[in-house]
Formats: sequence, structure tokens, C-alpha cells
Amino acid sequence: MSVASKHVVVAGGGVAGMEAAGALAELGHRVTLIEKEQKPGGHLKQWHALFPDRRPADEVRKYLSRRIDNRNIRLFTGVGVDKIRKEGHELCIELSDGSELTADAAIIATGFDLFDAHRKEEYGYGIYDNVITSAELEDMFNTGKITTADGRTPSRIGLIHCVGSRDEKVNNNHCSKVCCVTAVKQAIEVRQKLPGCEVFCFYMDMRMYGPYYEELYRESQEQHNVNYIRGKVSEASVNIDNRLVIKVEDTLAGRPLRMELDMLVLMVGMEMSKAGTRLAEASGLDRGINRFLETGDHHYGNNISHLKGLFYAGTCTAPMNITDTISHARAAVAEAVRYLNTR
Amino acid sequence: MSGSTRNKFGFTVNRSRLIDYDSSDRLVREYITSREPSFRLCFACGGCTAACTAGHHAPFNLRRMNTLIRRGEIDPLRDEVTRCMLCGKCLLVCPRGVNTRNVVLLAAEAIRKLDRNEL
Amino acid sequence: MKLEGKKRIWADYQKEIPDDHFFYVRSCIRQTFFAGSEQYFLKIMRDDLGKDVFEDPRHTTCTGIGYHGDVVPFETIQTVVARHFALATEAGYKNIAISCVTSFGIYSEILETWKHFPETLERTREDLLKATGRTFEVPETISHTSDIIYKFRDEIARKAKYNLVDLSTGKPLKVVEHIGCHYSKMFPKYGVGGAEFPHVLVGMVESWGGDIIDYPERRHCCGFGFRQYLVQANRGYSLFASRKKFESMEPYRPDMIIANCPGCTMFMDRWQYTIREIDGITYGADDQGIPVLTYEEVAGLILGYDPWEIGLQYHNVQSLPLLRKMGIKADPTKRFLAKDGSRLPEPVNLMNS
Ligand code: SF4
Ligand code: SF4
Ligand code: SF4
Repeated sequence: MSVASKHVVVAGGGVAGMEAAGALAELGHRVTLIEKEQKPGGHLKQWHALFPDRRPADEVRKYLSRRIDNRNIRLFTGVGVDKIRKEGHELCIELSDGSELTADAAIIATGFDLFDAHRKEEYGYGIYDNVITSAELEDMFNTGKITTADGRTPSRIGLIHCVGSRDEKVNNNHCSKVCCVTAVKQAIEVRQKLPGCEVFCFYMDMRMYGPYYEELYRESQEQHNVNYIRGKVSEASVNIDNRLVIKVEDTLAGRPLRMELDMLVLMVGMEMSKAGTRLAEASGLDRGINRFLETGDHHYGNNISHLKGLFYAGTCTAPMNITDTISHARAAVAEAVRYLNTR
Repeated sequence: MSGSTRNKFGFTVNRSRLIDYDSSDRLVREYITSREPSFRLCFACGGCTAACTAGHHAPFNLRRMNTLIRRGEIDPLRDEVTRCMLCGKCLLVCPRGVNTRNVVLLAAEAIRKLDRNEL
Repeated sequence: MKLEGKKRIWADYQKEIPDDHFFYVRSCIRQTFFAGSEQYFLKIMRDDLGKDVFEDPRHTTCTGIGYHGDVVPFETIQTVVARHFALATEAGYKNIAISCVTSFGIYSEILETWKHFPETLERTREDLLKATGRTFEVPETISHTSDIIYKFRDEIARKAKYNLVDLSTGKPLKVVEHIGCHYSKMFPKYGVGGAEFPHVLVGMVESWGGDIIDYPERRHCCGFGFRQYLVQANRGYSLFASRKKFESMEPYRPDMIIANCPGCTMFMDRWQYTIREIDGITYGADDQGIPVLTYEEVAGLILGYDPWEIGLQYHNVQSLPLLRKMGIKADPTKRFLAKDGSRLPEPVNLMNS
């Protein structure tokens, strides 16, 4: 039996989908990679530099482009996957343009959506001029201009951790894992680009779980004088000079604190993507209480769905960083290949 | 507190507990940080406070003191900083390598200078 | 500040406010301290808008202040409110119009409790039946009276004789709006515009020509606090909270404060006097106080009613500077005349007088 005779559909062309497609193609399988946007790359397209080493995101983007540059891969863009159903041994993949594909196996890699910051009404995102999201700060790094809405250089910036994560009020009890270290990274970048600007991170816990994250946190204090205040910001408003005013408890001092800021950055978390949700609902796939896809086993089967031949890769199952996403995608490929070989 | 407690109303306006970062005094923080840069590294674990000889019998909390100095809240510290017994136990325990004993000494020195208008 | 962002939130918090046929429940504080407000709610609703508002003299206090002051248990207050519902049921009304924000919070809390714990509703039915022999239907809607004025704000604007405009400059008046905490902080969905950016008073002020001030402590409590206020020695708690708000709004030089809660209106009015006495500080322009009005008082002025009929003279901070700006002629010497022309006792130490 020739391995190349197998056809695998990968739904989602972000980091997980690109890595999975590349790994499958490398093994000689025919892959159809389906991306709903006009270009593959997912959220990484927007990122300027990556934690923990602040390397340019472009390096990883280039790696992934090379990864899918393989004649075994057909890339469909501008089309989504609506539904996956089992027919006999095969999987039928229904696409948003009305067409249908059949495959021997499929991998869902629909990723995450960033939390919609409007939902934390108390921070006034979309109302106050200088409240932005972490993704928008990354855009500023891309353009090289970190300025307030009226073009001034900020002299004090605050970053709020856990916006849309660990928060029952928005129905997300999970931790998004990457935003703490993103905040540390962005705080350092601001301090490097604007040495005259004070930076404050408002955190509930510093979750520096990955290699070199804790070291980055230490570096941010030691070399870049980033300030950390433990407490959840309760509200933001503006004063007569259109400067932001925040209220927070300095929980370590045990006292409420107010502070004026020129810019407030909301570290928006990860949620199950809307596209992935629609696909899961249409296909009858289980989801966990965090609304991400529920895997076969949390410890030894976290690429496995309950549908034989269908596998999961990346942040459609839980928040994770790029390193873990790539590993998870490779593991999904290993599971898929094992399935194809024993079929 | 404004007004006297004895007025025709029988009550006065309560005192603010707020730390107003914009009107706080950062001189002491700068005095310490410039002389003892490791002060920046404290991440408020409380190891020093657990170990502190003085803190076990007197109101002195080094972890909290570090935080208050960073926020420019000096008033509550005047008495506290004099309680250090210079044993150095806090130095041994600090996971971030803060030169805690020196921080206490510098804090006491800075506050003395602040009160004499020498900062 | 982007208005679009606020509109987005306002669109998320639209509540059903009926068009007509209300069972009216009064506010203890309002009837006592600025009774004209309640009178003018009824007058505007009936005479200017042609609505049916029914009142039953057997309606009592909701006991909300006692409830929040820890002297009335929840079972008791549920039974008292159930009795009000029984009066509405007997009169054939399904829409309750609540004049007090404390009561509004109580009604919201009770309806939510009954929704989530149906056994408490059954228990209340039993308690009411045993105590009074009455039965009741749960009302279809509850509206705060500010919701209702909000609903008809444009109709009021069309009949306006005056606007919230400073005639000497032609510029809109600068208005601070203050929303009672229990209007929407406990249950944002019951408030027009929700809890963070309530639209209920903003909508009125905009329709009537004024400019809204969004100042840093806008969302802060006035400091009423029930048990704080009730104990004299604790009133400094309340005073502190109001002063925090005044200090925060002062740089904007507001022409007036409009509030939708009886407690807030009273405290933001009276505390300005207290602070002046204790600290010698005033917060309005020209060393004056900032007049604090209810939305009905403002609606009454807009519609051209006599300020002394509306009862503005019974606020500690007098409205004369505001009336001058709006071009409303009112003779200050007639403030304390009774209907028969005799002089009423005149309060001393009024502000802006
Ligand atoms: S990683 Fe940090 S900021 Fe993100 S949700 Fe977890 S604790 Fe909050
Ligand atoms: S040196 Fe001072 S602060 Fe440190 S443990 Fe000893 S008594 Fe405590
Ligand atoms: S032991 Fe070190 S890091 Fe921990 S609170 Fe004390 S000084 Fe800070």
C-alpha cells in the first residue's frame, strides 16, 4: 500500500494547519489545506516579534511558508469548512462554497479568536481614544509608531493582563496562557523603543510557564525597569485632558490605587473561534466547558476526536503558544498516520 | 483629616485610603534603586518577611515595605524601617537576590534625608 | 471619546418600557424632600403626554431602606412588595412605574429571586395571603420613572419652551449625570444602557439640548450607603464618596447635576452645603454650588413650568444661576410664598441664594 495514495484534509491554515499540512506532505500524503482568509498564516500574520527571545515573527512565518511549499499540498484560500461527516471509511468535507471533498482522514486546526475587548465594558475599549488591544500594540510595533490617538508619544502605558480570560463575567474561566508573557515582551519592547515611557503591568498572577519566560520577566525588571502591580483593574475613564484614569487595588500594599495613563493595552485572551464553533456544531463534535474542542483524552489522546479519522491540532483544543502548537500539530500528524496505516 | 472632629455635624469627611500614584513621592524609591539596583527585582514573594527576625515580634513587613516604597507611600514606613535588627536572614532567603538588608538601611537613610529636606 | 462606542453599548441594553397604563409607586425620600418631583412626574405624564398613571393611596413604603439597613428581613420585604403587586392586580395594571431607585433595585432583586428560586415566590404568595388575604400577579414590566421619561424624552423636547442652553453664550449647558447604583449595577439588563455607560439620563440631556460631562468618577457611588448614612458618626463615609465625585467633576465647571435616584439627589445636594460648612469649599463656577435636579424637575423646566411650583427652592443648592442661564424668569422673592400668598418659613444657609 502506497502512503501517497492517502488524502488528508486540513481545516485551517494558521500555524497548526500549516505545520500539519507540511508534515503530512513530507511523508508523501496528498493534503488539501483550507484557509478561510485570503492568505494562510493565521494570527501570526499580525505579530511583530515573538516571545521569549523577541525574534522577528517573520522568521517563523517564512518557516511555515516553506513548510507548505510542497507539490503534495493543494491550498484553498477564501473558503471555509462548514461540516465534516463520516461516510463509510471516508470523511466528507463540506466547504462554504457548496463543494464537497472526500478524504481518508482530516485534521481540524481552526485555531482561536482573540477575545472581543468591547465585552469588558468597564475598560471603555472603542470609547476612550487610547485603549487598545495587545494585537493593536503589535500593529504599532509593525509600523514603528507608538503614539496616542492625537499623535503624541506616551509617557506612561499600562498593560492589563487577563482581559477576557479567568473571568466569569465574560464566561471564560480558562487562562489563555500566552498573554502574561506577551505583556512582558511588549512591556520590554515599549521600554526599548520609548525609553522615556513608564510601563506598568497589572496582573493577577504572573504565569511564566514556558522556557525562558521567567527569565524574561526578570530581565524586564532588572534591565528595563518595567513595573508590576498585582491587581485587577476595575475601570478606566478619562479626565479633562483626555488622559486615562484607572482604578486598581495594589493587592500587595492592600490599598486601592489610581493612576493616570496615556495608553492602556488590553491583553486579550483566546477563545474558541467562531468558525471552529460553527464547524463543531454542524459536525456534532464535543466541546469542553471552556468551549474549545473536547479531545479523546486530556493526557494521552489530546489530538483525538470521537470521530475515527478526524484529528485536532493546535488552539482549537486549548490556548497554547507557537512552540506547543507546532508540537501539537506534529502529534496530530503522527496520530493521523497511525490511523491511516492501520485502516 | 479636614475640619475638626468636633463640629456641628458630629462627623467629618473620612480620610482617603487611595494611593494616588500621580501625586506620590518617588524620591525614596529613586534613592534606593540608584544605589541598590537589585531593589527592582523584588517580586513580592514574602520570603524575607517570613524569615525576618524583627517582623516576628514587631510590626515590620519587608515585602510590604518594598511595595509601598515603589508606590511612593512613605508615611506608613517611618517607624517600620527602624525595627530591622540587621541579622541578614532576609538576604539568605530572597529568591530574586535582592540585597534586602541594604534596602532597609537605604530606606531608613532616605527617609531621614527626606524629613530633613535633603533628598 | 468615541460616541460610536457608547452607542454600541446602548444598543446592547435596551429594555422594554411600556407606552401607557402604569401603576405608580412613590418614593419615601422624594415625597419628603422634593415632593414637586413626584407631582411633576404625574403632571407631565397625564397633562403633557396624556398617559394613564394610576395611584392607590394604600401603597406603602417598600421598606428598602430598612432592608438595606439590616432591620427588615428579605421575607418581609418580599411580602410588602407582593402587597403592592396585589394592589396593581386588583386595579388591573401590569406595568409598574417605580419612582425610587432603591425600590427599583428591590423590585429587580425580588423578581430575579422569584425567577431563579420559584419556591420563594410560592412562599411569598402564602405569606401575603396569610397576612392580608390578598393574591397577586407578577407584573409584566417594571420601569423606573426615569425609564419612562427617557422613553418620552423626544416628545417632551418637541413641546419644550426652554432648552438646556446657556442663552448668554448660545452654548449647551454642561451637565453631569448621576445614576443611582441600584438602578443598574446589580442587574445591568434592567437599566437603559447598562451599568458602565447608562443612557437613561444621557438620552434626556441630549434630547433637551445639553452636553454631557463624562468625568473620571462618573461611575462612583454618591455614598448614601444606607447603614452609613443612618448612623450619624458614620456619615463621613457618605460625605467622602460625594466629595470624591465633586472633586472629579469640578474641572469641567458643570452647570448642573441631574440624578435619577432620590438618595443621590438628596446627598449630592445636601453634602455640598456640609462640605462648605466643614471645609469652606464649593465646586461650581464663581464659588457657587452646583444645582442638583431630578429628571422630572429638568423636564418641568423644559416644558415651561414655574420653578417654584416644581419645588426647586427646596433644594439646598438653589437653582437661580441655572435659571438665569436658561433664560427662565423666576422671582426669587416669591420662592417661599404659599398658595394663598402668605410667607412660608424660609430655610437658612441656602447655597447660591
Ligand atoms: S496567561 Fe496570564 S494574562 Fe493570560 S490569562 Fe493566563 S494569567 Fe491571565
Ligand atoms: S536584616 Fe533586618 S529585615 Fe532582614 S531579616 Fe534581619 S531584621 Fe529582618
Ligand atoms: S524575599 Fe526578595 S523577592 Fe521575596 S519579597 Fe522579599 S525582597 Fe522581594
